[in-house]
Amino acid sequence: MNLYKATTAAIAFCAAGAVSAADLEVTHWWTSGGEAAAVAEFAKAFDATGNNWVDGAIAGSGGTARPIIVSRIIGGDPMHATQLNHGRQAEELIEAGLMLDLTDVATAEGWADTVNPTSLLDSCTVDGKIYCAPVNIHSWQWIWLSHQAYADAGVDVPSNWDEFVASAPALEAAGKIPLAMGQQAWQSSGAFGVINVAVGGPDLWNKINVNKDADAAAGPEMAKVFEAAAAARAMAANSKVQDWNQATNLVITGQAGGQVMGDWAQGEFQVAGQVAGQDYTCLPGLGVNEIISTGGDAFYFPKQDDPEIEAAQKELAKLLLSPEVQVNFNLKKGSLPVRGDIDLTAANDCMKKGLEILASGNILQSGDQVLSADTSTQIEDLMVEFWNDPSYSAADAQAKYAEIIADAD
Amino acid sequence: MAVTDGADVESPRTTTKRPNRLFKNMTAKLAAIPMIFTALVVFIGCTVWTIYHSFTKSKLLPAPDKWVGLDQYERLWSTRRWLVSIENLAIYGICSLVLSLLIGFVLAALLDRKIRGEGVFRTIFLYPFALSFVVTGLVWQWILNPQFGIQGVVQRWGWESFTFDPLNNPSIVIYGILIAGIWQGSGFIMVILLAGLRGIDEDIWKASRVEGIPVWKTYIFIVVPMMRPIFVTALVLIAAGIIKVYDLVVAQTSGGPGIASEVPAKYVIEKMFQAQNLGQGFAASTMMLLSVLVVLIPWAYLEFGGKGRD
Repeated sequence: MNLYKATTAAIAFCAAGAVSAADLEVTHWWTSGGEAAAVAEFAKAFDATGNNWVDGAIAGSGGTARPIIVSRIIGGDPMHATQLNHGRQAEELIEAGLMLDLTDVATAEGWADTVNPTSLLDSCTVDGKIYCAPVNIHSWQWIWLSHQAYADAGVDVPSNWDEFVASAPALEAAGKIPLAMGQQAWQSSGAFGVINVAVGGPDLWNKINVNKDADAAAGPEMAKVFEAAAAARAMAANSKVQDWNQATNLVITGQAGGQVMGDWAQGEFQVAGQVAGQDYTCLPGLGVNEIISTGGDAFYFPKQDDPEIEAAQKELAKLLLSPEVQVNFNLKKGSLPVRGDIDLTAANDCMKKGLEILASGNILQSGDQVLSADTSTQIEDLMVEFWNDPSYSAADAQAKYAEIIADAD
Repeated sequence: MAVTDGADVESPRTTTKRPNRLFKNMTAKLAAIPMIFTALVVFIGCTVWTIYHSFTKSKLLPAPDKWVGLDQYERLWSTRRWLVSIENLAIYGICSLVLSLLIGFVLAALLDRKIRGEGVFRTIFLYPFALSFVVTGLVWQWILNPQFGIQGVVQRWGWESFTFDPLNNPSIVIYGILIAGIWQGSGFIMVILLAGLRGIDEDIWKASRVEGIPVWKTYIFIVVPMMRPIFVTALVLIAAGIIKVYDLVVAQTSGGPGIASEVPAKYVIEKMFQAQNLGQGFAASTMMLLSVLVVLIPWAYLEFGGKGRD
């Protein structure tokens, strides 16, 4: 009798499993507190549709997780959905036919009309077909300033990059580090990009990074950018930390004047209980060119044989861009939503500044969108050396930079 | 090896018919097939495949049809990061080879003097080897941290001007890594050499004592030459460790400050998986293979080829 019961129960269980739609394994590298809370919003919404979100978080940054994700897809053991940065990271996987075509979902949901800026969708498009679902926008173009550090030094909080540079000696005299910088390659390269846009202007940035114009990269305007970066390097000379959040912590505790870092840094200020405008100031585009780059994350869906799973994958893609999920996710993540038609009244001051700039259309593409992973890494190698070696002259670095741009694909 | 020995025991029974040479030691040959297959396919096959693809423009996926000749090598040798990596490997390699053998041998010789509590010391010296390179790297990252490590402690004792922060100084950072590498590895070398010392016949020592030769002279002129095979084993183990040093660097400095402590293996891994440029990674790994061969071939020739077997 017992055996009979157990068998029926087992059969019923299996049957129930088959009826309720599929389990989807989703890989991502969102593992810090705020990030995990944000991704839980996706999982909750997806489970509510009767499917099951199987979380495959990979600890470490994108640099650690991406090789794992890519090798699983190439190796014939693909997950059902995965986070990547939208842009060129998955280009070859798409060309090799390993990714699911989402064009029908995109058409049915009218992504072309709602996704703002449209360049996000362009980054997902290969040969007119859409292969990924963008979920958020993160921008690099910010500097975070500590009110306490400036009060201690007895100078006003700067309102743009030039004032920031001018106030550096006063900060140093007060025993502060003017500019906090982590020493990792991606931070060096990111901060340089921000200075590039602020000092050289967005046109110059586009000429070099989008059109790969090596003459512009070697030109006099870019020389100014490198001089500015060399000056920034001198200001960051005493900042001997590795991770970006340690550098942010120097700003939060008032040991450093400011940090050039993307908008994910405001999560740290929030956790520390600081208020924008009172304890810290954020300046988009370093207060010079109010502009933001629209990098961010997107979900890709590796191709599967099972039609049931494919249906669930498309269901998930649809859900990720639905207005409600977009609001819940991005509020927790501190990033900007990819839809222009939703209301984020709960956003804080810095996020609102970002939303305004986004609405006014002052946007750039992100490095991930325009440069191949190979070129980005070469620039990172150059920048990490430049920022950490004071004897590396601006002119030498520029010559090397122009070489990389000339070879870029 | 063990397999061949086993077959030799059986052979007297089967040799009565003088079988075809091909079928001689059939079991041994059959048993060796998987290993021969592995060696051919995995070692040689994959090496050839890698070398071939280093002449192509393979990006994220191997692209055997995009032939570019020596482009990848030209780019490799004009990359500062690669040149720094090679220089670091040379410094790390030479110092680590010499110091590991020296420290390992001195420790082994001291333990060999039949001191009291030998087991305790042996365990202490060998213990670091039980830790992975990642743990070793993290431990030494803290010990060498200027605020919390040695420098901080000495400064708190009152020597304010004391500075010892190799991991933050680009010109000496590789020595900071070297310290950790030697701390981890020399205990193991000590154990191997100690085993060798124990293999020296007691009569040799008695004879040298009768002759009145001092102990240190006995070690250097009699014992060391007798231990040649053991030294070769130790040398091969150290050399393999040097070429593949990667995790220690990642854990301790992740290549920094700047690119001052980069090593070739890290370049290969990052080019292949992070930069999505297989061709460049393969070119770098082919150069690593080449450098190993440049050392290995003359040595193997001298060791096995030149004078024949005696």
